Amino acid sequence: MLGKTARFLFFNFFIRPVVFLYLGVNIRRRNLIPKQGPAILVANHNSHLDTMVLMIACPRSLFRHLRPVAAADYWLKGKFLTWFSRHVLNIVPIFRNKEDRPEGSDPLDPVSQALDEGSAVIFFPEGSRGEPEQMTGFKRGIAILSERHPEVPVVPVYFQGLGRALPRGEGLLVPFLCDMFVGEPLYWGGDEEEFMRRLVRRFESLSREGYKPQWE
Amino acid sequence: MSLFLGESSAIHNPVVVYALVCLFVILIGATIIVNYLHSRGGSGEFDEIVQRLRTWWVIILLLSSAILLSSETSLIFFALISFLGLKEFLTLAPTRRVDRNVLFYIYLSIPVQYLWAALEWYGMFIIFVPVYLFLFVPLRMVLSGNTSNFLKAAGILHWGVMTTVFSLSHLAFLLMLGPTDRNPYGSGPALVLYLIILTQLNDVAQFIWGKAFGSRRVVPSVSPNKTWEGLLGGMLTTTTLATVLSIWMTPMTLFQGVFAGIGISIFGFVGDVCVSAVKRDLGIKDTSQMLPGHGGVLDRVDSLTYTAPLFFHYVYYFCY
Repeated sequence: MLGKTARFLFFNFFIRPVVFLYLGVNIRRRNLIPKQGPAILVANHNSHLDTMVLMIACPRSLFRHLRPVAAADYWLKGKFLTWFSRHVLNIVPIFRNKEDRPEGSDPLDPVSQALDEGSAVIFFPEGSRGEPEQMTGFKRGIAILSERHPEVPVVPVYFQGLGRALPRGEGLLVPFLCDMFVGEPLYWGGDEEEFMRRLVRRFESLSREGYKPQWE
Repeated sequence: MSLFLGESSAIHNPVVVYALVCLFVILIGATIIVNYLHSRGGSGEFDEIVQRLRTWWVIILLLSSAILLSSETSLIFFALISFLGLKEFLTLAPTRRVDRNVLFYIYLSIPVQYLWAALEWYGMFIIFVPVYLFLFVPLRMVLSGNTSNFLKAAGILHWGVMTTVFSLSHLAFLLMLGPTDRNPYGSGPALVLYLIILTQLNDVAQFIWGKAFGSRRVVPSVSPNKTWEGLLGGMLTTTTLATVLSIWMTPMTLFQGVFAGIGISIFGFVGDVCVSAVKRDLGIKDTSQMLPGHGGVLDRVDSLTYTAPLFFHYVYYFCY
């Protein structure tokens, strides 16, 4: 109950004004985000803001079922952060270290379980935020996930500019207008390499849509 | 109604109220005409004009409520325009990661600059950005110790803050100007409306004259749609209206009104092409997609970045 209230207050009275008034996000094709779970929302990762923006940009019917996939060794550290991650963000924790997982289980098992329960998961195939405003290679976990759930749509969401507003390792939030471009959903086609190629190509074409300012 | 609105509400100024009523009459007329032409099969470009008009409704409703409520809400409204304009500029212009905190200070200058206007502290208002902020920006940049692209970065930040904060904040100080013996109702809110109506009408008039008769281009390499016919036709329209309205809405003489009209027309054009030059330099068409049919906030207030400070100092010199 407390967690649900906190989640509602945090997103509607803190994140929403920050994202839409202080920053300003230009969203293209919001209608391509599914209204219902299960779904896999795939985004490039520049900043903690990516998750926040994506969550409030989603339709209200989906918001309740939204769960960002996040590394347990980062998000389940300390009492408060753990509570915040579990109840406010409602993350699907991934245990990257073998010794933290139950014997013989796969790191993606909790994600599969969340999808089976009808959740829409937010997945960052780059694995980490990395250098702001630079896309790195996608890890193959997303292909494995899609193979396990071939009927679940994989929706690509491209972000630009949030890495300038709040890059990794900095606490000062500076206003910048940001872009969020949603692409047509993808489905598993039977081959891992082919799937990854399609996903990467989809992101490349989304990234060419906007104007990319100089920033170094 | 005036019971709810405070002392500083412009509802007590009949000139402002009549001007706003006229503005809405024009807006309704334009909506009827455009919808009629649209329904008669004009498509393509007309879709954009319909959308642009719809956005005009929102802008004018916001502006008139801000002005009618109180001088504080008007100042907040103008400060918000500065904020949105600056944000568009700093998003598009090349900036450096090390200057993130400088950017933050530049944003902070907006409430401070509008505070000087609210306090009617003219001396501080006029030197804060061009002297104090001008000197502070490189100082803070030096502290972070990165010299690569230093000059380019400092120049970009200065230009951005001068146009979107300093220039546009003259609307705020114009609003604070009081009544004169010559025209007790030709005070701040009326002057602001006079300037905004004429500047925006000049844009529209130049567009329409250019569409109808335009052939010789003024600055083909910057803005291919700007023609001498549009510029001169716009100037004729704006100057005529500026002269007529000046007796009613401003403390200016008829003669001063003529030159105000010519000035608004010419420098509105200059402000427009300067922002166009920036966009062309960066290789973009619109500064953002915030105002459907118009582009960004900076696309809409481009002319005002020139006319606001120039008109303010013209009136301030001759009438105050």
